This record gives sequence, structure tokens and C-alpha cells, in this order.
Amino acid sequence: MIYLDYNASVPLRPCAKKAMLEAYDFEGNPSSPHFAGRKVRSLIDEARKSLVKGIHGQRLVFTSGGTEANALALSGLGEMPLVVSSVEHESVLKAHTNPCVAPVTAAGILDLVYLEKLLASFDTPGLLSLMLVNNETGVIQPLQDAVMIARKLGWKVHTDASQALGHIPLSFEELGVDMMTLSSHKCGGPTGVGALVLKEDIQLHPLIRGGGQEFGMRSGTLAAPLIVGFAAAALEVLSEREEQTNRLRELQKKVEDALPMARVYGKESPRAAHVLCLGMPGVSSELQLMSFDLKGIAISMGSACSSGKTKESHVLKGMGLSSEDVKCAIRMSMGWKTSEKDIDNFIKAWNEIFLSQQMKEAS
Amino acid sequence: MAYSAKVIDHYENPRNVGSLDAQDAAVGTGLVGAPACGDVMKLQIKVSDQGIIEDAKFKTFGCGSAIASSSLVTEWIKGKSLEEAGEIKNTTIAQHLSLPPVKIHCSMLAEDAIRAAIRDYKEKHPSA
Repeated sequence: MIYLDYNASVPLRPCAKKAMLEAYDFEGNPSSPHFAGRKVRSLIDEARKSLVKGIHGQRLVFTSGGTEANALALSGLGEMPLVVSSVEHESVLKAHTNPCVAPVTAAGILDLVYLEKLLASFDTPGLLSLMLVNNETGVIQPLQDAVMIARKLGWKVHTDASQALGHIPLSFEELGVDMMTLSSHKCGGPTGVGALVLKEDIQLHPLIRGGGQEFGMRSGTLAAPLIVGFAAAALEVLSEREEQTNRLRELQKKVEDALPMARVYGKESPRAAHVLCLGMPGVSSELQLMSFDLKGIAISMGSACSSGKTKESHVLKGMGLSSEDVKCAIRMSMGWKTSEKDIDNFIKAWNEIFLSQQMKEAS
Repeated sequence: MAYSAKVIDHYENPRNVGSLDAQDAAVGTGLVGAPACGDVMKLQIKVSDQGIIEDAKFKTFGCGSAIASSSLVTEWIKGKSLEEAGEIKNTTIAQHLSLPPVKIHCSMLAEDAIRAAIRDYKEKHPSA
């Protein structure tokens, strides 16, 4: 079995598993003042501190994952104009009933000229949400430029950095954003936990009310083992980032060189090394997914397809691809366990699937 | 369960794609799914005087598993009585195609489509 769907979920890192198992041995509620609660609290405090330091953040609110962090960021400031890019994750696109959508260019990059005009057209400043690394194409958005434009006009900025952690240099401080979403299982930590990093002066209205945990922004007993596992995975990816990125960049290039017939979407733009959005001319993404699955290789369709629905990728559509091209795109994403042999097998399988379709058409 | 070669076969070579005349008294039409979701299945049956399904056609707008499920059931119901066809269960369809759990919905849609077509036919023939 070859797993090439890291952007869906990264296999749990052993360091995260170890940290979690140890944390499960502690009893108590981190909000309790007694010695047991204090001990669990100290595990969380330590994890929070190391995470904040690792990404040069300020305040950090733990959530149940990236989706909740995005929802909190986009609703927590109250009623104000909201602008999002057209290639955001659905948890951003659907966080608000009616966001204003800013288009990207054919290269998958936010159109900054348009953005400036768009932001300036509002009577009052609001919130801009722009992801850092796209989950389908790996394209890196010009976030710092967007932040400059937004600042000039008094707008606040949120970024979904779920796919950026461990893949590109990541500094909350340098990016200059007000809020940043992180997801644990996208970096090899457990599922069920994420975080919203915030500037000190930002106080959000909570989505979940109750005991007032997380600076009053997110109630609910903190899941100490998950948080500890998240921090362990995050610290490891941060320390291995350069080495890992170089390795994956070579594998990415290997696939591109070996498959001249494949269309590589987002290739013209600055791109993360761990993901490839590939079009196989004339072969639907669904047929590709099933064929790869039969060969024991897990990849993903560029589009979300749950139950019986077919839905074209809004990311590729946003980049101006034709419906035909969108229907033939798949995403393969790699990570810490991916070997060169996995990639050789992927290339072989891609060619086999492509050729068998060519043969069928010819006969 | 995982994807099987059968799904790919039905997806690539769907059987009995097309339409029957919905106005024909011998034809029952079932339309299920939600257009807004991008998930619609139309299944039609042509029934003989003896109550046997002589012909079946389908048109499906949906994913590969939905297409495969509807293609498969049109093959199955041909030659069956209305009663026999009405007894086909989604679990049998899903098992035959080894649909992954996230695609079980597609087999349910196919079962619904058969029942809707039978219902439509019976409404045209209240005594049948």
C-alpha cells in the first residue's frame, strides 16, 4: 500500500504518538486547581509555549481542528465585511453566509491589483482571509504583499496556514497577519486538534460558550493528550523542514520529469514541495482514483466528492481551467514516510493507467 | 470494502443508458436524487402485460459509483417481475460492486430509483 494523500491527513508521527501515550497517564481536568489538574495544565502550557515559540506567534487558542479555527477567526470579530480568495478551503468559503470572493490569476495567485481595488471599495474596513499554501495545488499565496495592502486600508488579515506548517518557512510575526490557523493532523499530529494563533490585542467572540477556557474564546475541557501530540509533531516538522522540503522537492521534480504527458497545475507559481496537482488528458479523475486504488495507491481527486455527488474543484475552476481539464485532475501529496520507491511506483501506475486508456480509445 | 474492477467496468461501459417514452402506458419512470447536489438518477422500466420487466434504461448525473450502481441494476431487473425487482436491496448492489463505505449512498439511490419506477408504473395501472 502506498499512501500519497498527505494533504488529506498525514500519518501520525511516532514522536506525537509517544507524547500522547505519556499524557494519557495523567489524570485530572486541566481547569481544576488541585495538584492533578495543575499537572495536566502544565503539559498544555508547555505545549502552547513551544508552539508559540516555534512559529513566532503571540497568543494561541486550541480548537478541535483547522475547520473550527477558521470558523472562529471568521466570525469572532463580529459583523464586518469579509473578503476571501476564490481558492480557499471550504471551511473558509462557507464560514460566513456571504463572503466577497477575490479571484486568482491563471497561475493560482491572488490578483493583488484587483484586491486593492476591492478592499478600497468598502465603506468600512473588514477582514481578509487568504490561505498561505493551497491544499490542492501547493501554490503559495503572496500573503505579505496582501497584508501590506490590507494594512494600508485598515483591514485585518487571517491566514489558513494548515498546509504551510512544516513545508515553507512559517513565522506569524514576519507574515504580519492578525490571525493564523494551524491543523495538527496536517503535520503528523493527531486529528481532532488545531489552533488559532492571534495577536495579543485580539479578543474574539466565542463560537462555543461555557467554562470560559482559552481566554474566553473557546470553552470546553482541553484535550491535553491531543494538544501534547500536536505540539510534538509540529516541533519536529519545524526542525526537519529544510531537509524534508529538499527531499520532497526532488521527488516532486522526479514525477514531473518522468511524466511529460501530465499537466502540472500551479507549476508557474511559487509552490510547496509536497503536493502535485496532475492532469491526465482524457481520463476522468474519478477513474484515476479508482484505478490507483486498485493498484494499492491512495491519491485524491482535485475535487471533493462525498456520497454520490460530483463537484468540480473550485480551486482549479478559479484558476480558469476548462471543465474538461478540471475533471481530469488528481492530487498526490507526500510527506515524511514517502520513499523514492513509492514515487517510482506512482509514476509506473500513472503511465499504466494513461496507456490503458489510450489503448481503449485506439481499439 | 474497496473499489472493484466491476465499478470501473460499469463506469466505463455503462449498460442500458438512454430513455424510454415516459408517456407510454407500459413505462414506469423513477427520478431520484437532488439536482442541487449534482446527484440525479433516472431509471425507467418497460413492463409486459404479464408484469415482467422487458427493458430498462437509465440516465445518471453523478459520480462513478452512482453510474455503476444504476447500470448494474438495469441489468439485474430485466426479465424480473415487478415484485422481484422491488426486492433488490442496496446492500446487494453495494456488495456486488464492493463500493467503499463513503459510496454506499449511491447504491441506496439505485434502490430508490427502482422503487420509484415501479411506483410510477403502478400508478398508471391501479389494478396491477
